[in-house]
Amino acid sequence: MTSTHIAQVKRARRLSHDAGWGYLMVAPTILGLIILNIYPFFHSFYMSFSETMLFGNWEWVGLDNYRKMFSDPNMWRATGNTLYFVLLTVPLGIFLALAFASMLNSQIKGRDALRAIYFLPMIVAPAAIAMVWKWLYNTEYGLINQFLSLLIGDDVKINWISNPKLALPAAAIVAIWSSIGYDIILLLAGLQAIPRSYYEAADIDGANFISKFFHITIPMVSPTMFFVLIMRLMAALKQFDLVYMMITDTNPAFQQSQTLMYLFYRESFQVGNKGYASALVLWTFVIILAFTAIQFVGQKKWVHYDQ
Amino acid sequence: MTTLQNTVKRPHAPVPVGKIVLYAVLLAGAVTMLVPFLWMILTSFKSVGESIRVPPTILPARWITINYKEVISTLPMFNLYSNTILLIFFRILLASIFSSMAGYAFAKLRFPGRNLMFGLVLAQNMLPAQIFIIPQYLMLAKMNALNSMFALVFPGLVSAFGTFFLRQTYMSLPDDLGEAARIDGCNQWQTFYRIMLPLTKTALMALAVFTAVFAYGDLMWPLIANTDLNKMTLASGLSVLRGQFTTKYPLLMAGSVLAMLPMIVLYSAFQRQFVEGIALTGTKA
Repeated sequence: MTSTHIAQVKRARRLSHDAGWGYLMVAPTILGLIILNIYPFFHSFYMSFSETMLFGNWEWVGLDNYRKMFSDPNMWRATGNTLYFVLLTVPLGIFLALAFASMLNSQIKGRDALRAIYFLPMIVAPAAIAMVWKWLYNTEYGLINQFLSLLIGDDVKINWISNPKLALPAAAIVAIWSSIGYDIILLLAGLQAIPRSYYEAADIDGANFISKFFHITIPMVSPTMFFVLIMRLMAALKQFDLVYMMITDTNPAFQQSQTLMYLFYRESFQVGNKGYASALVLWTFVIILAFTAIQFVGQKKWVHYDQ
Repeated sequence: MTTLQNTVKRPHAPVPVGKIVLYAVLLAGAVTMLVPFLWMILTSFKSVGESIRVPPTILPARWITINYKEVISTLPMFNLYSNTILLIFFRILLASIFSSMAGYAFAKLRFPGRNLMFGLVLAQNMLPAQIFIIPQYLMLAKMNALNSMFALVFPGLVSAFGTFFLRQTYMSLPDDLGEAARIDGCNQWQTFYRIMLPLTKTALMALAVFTAVFAYGDLMWPLIANTDLNKMTLASGLSVLRGQFTTKYPLLMAGSVLAMLPMIVLYSAFQRQFVEGIALTGTKA
């Protein structure tokens, strides 16, 4: 046997040896994914074509759920509300996070303390945050109206979360407030990875702050921005907890604030309409897929992965 | 901010205006972050009557603890705390063990079907969790396992994110390390357990933080899986409180303070690990 032959045999033996360990080590995860995710995915798909009957039986109803869904004004309103929520939270949230991350990246004292403070809301359950903000937004006694009254010198009584026009923007403010620290930390890490020499070279060329920001900072931090963007889009499209805790179904602004996942929760676990709810969750999935696809195509235009 | 530095460098500009503005904005941001928490704490010690006084008092006229007592007598706080802590503990434990094993195998071992299986992990990561919720609920109902700790942990028995994240971590470790261990007579498990795993401590810490933050914050699943008050988490317990004391804000604030307490304590102790862990989950993904 030649030495290359021996090496080949050894390699083959190791591969089969590797394979055994490989399967053993991924087994719990793959098994878990099959039971918890793959099977449920197809089950949800199946359920969207059926209806719950008595005693946990299911009846095939074809496209009935989808027909009902696409002619349901509640569903279209919830879709509109969800997209509006995306529009309210994602661009402003990322802009603010980038602005604060850039400020923290300059030579300042107390950066770590500030970073820790901005991140604070992120570690608190959204359910608790929603309660606190509901109190701040209170029309009669809330801190925000009291503060505005003091500022203007007149009684301010804005119905932040019971005015149909204001409720969703008010929830969007809370969403941005509570997640901005997370985005700041990610973007700051991205900014700190940019070599100082790039800016020094630009200084020699006489570049000003604005052109450095758009020609060095933005391209260099674009992979992190893309990650943050995708994460924020997903979170906003799946919004449930803040709106659920702040705006109950007796609130006059309820119809204008109910998101798709809120509607899904009510249909599946309060009304008990699991077939219809499955159609709703698949509809949300299609919207998420569309947004993600657009972002992945669009990223080629602005995200730079090479150093 | 180079414009600011320029301002500082200019010889006849003793007052660095730019720097002052910068600090002012950063400080305003910090105040915006802290005031809601501060107001929550102050309100929680006021009587209901005092909380609706116009203009409001800032400090409570008398610091009272009756709100806390009432919350504790309404909610089984001990159960809510232990349920939440156990949920976080099991989620972290399972995510670390299974994801480490799978992450190592996906990064360092070669076996047929590896890419396909890793594709499943990636796909799960992209899907909204709600798409699995009804079938997961029905499975638990069939097993008669609703309203239990098992039900709370169930959707997180394995972690697709953890697997992906640790696979990226193992990818960045040199292959030579494993080769050297093998020459010394370690089998694959020993190579993984003794040599490679200890090198991923930072990543595991990050995964723990990430898992804890999301398990603690999650609301929809605990609301669905455990409807028995004694089996709820802090987050879902709060929704019960909201239903009972709709406008008694001092009580609701006391409940919120109690719900936040464990995470705030953890965060104060491990602030650096939290922040750096989160930064790490972002750069690896």
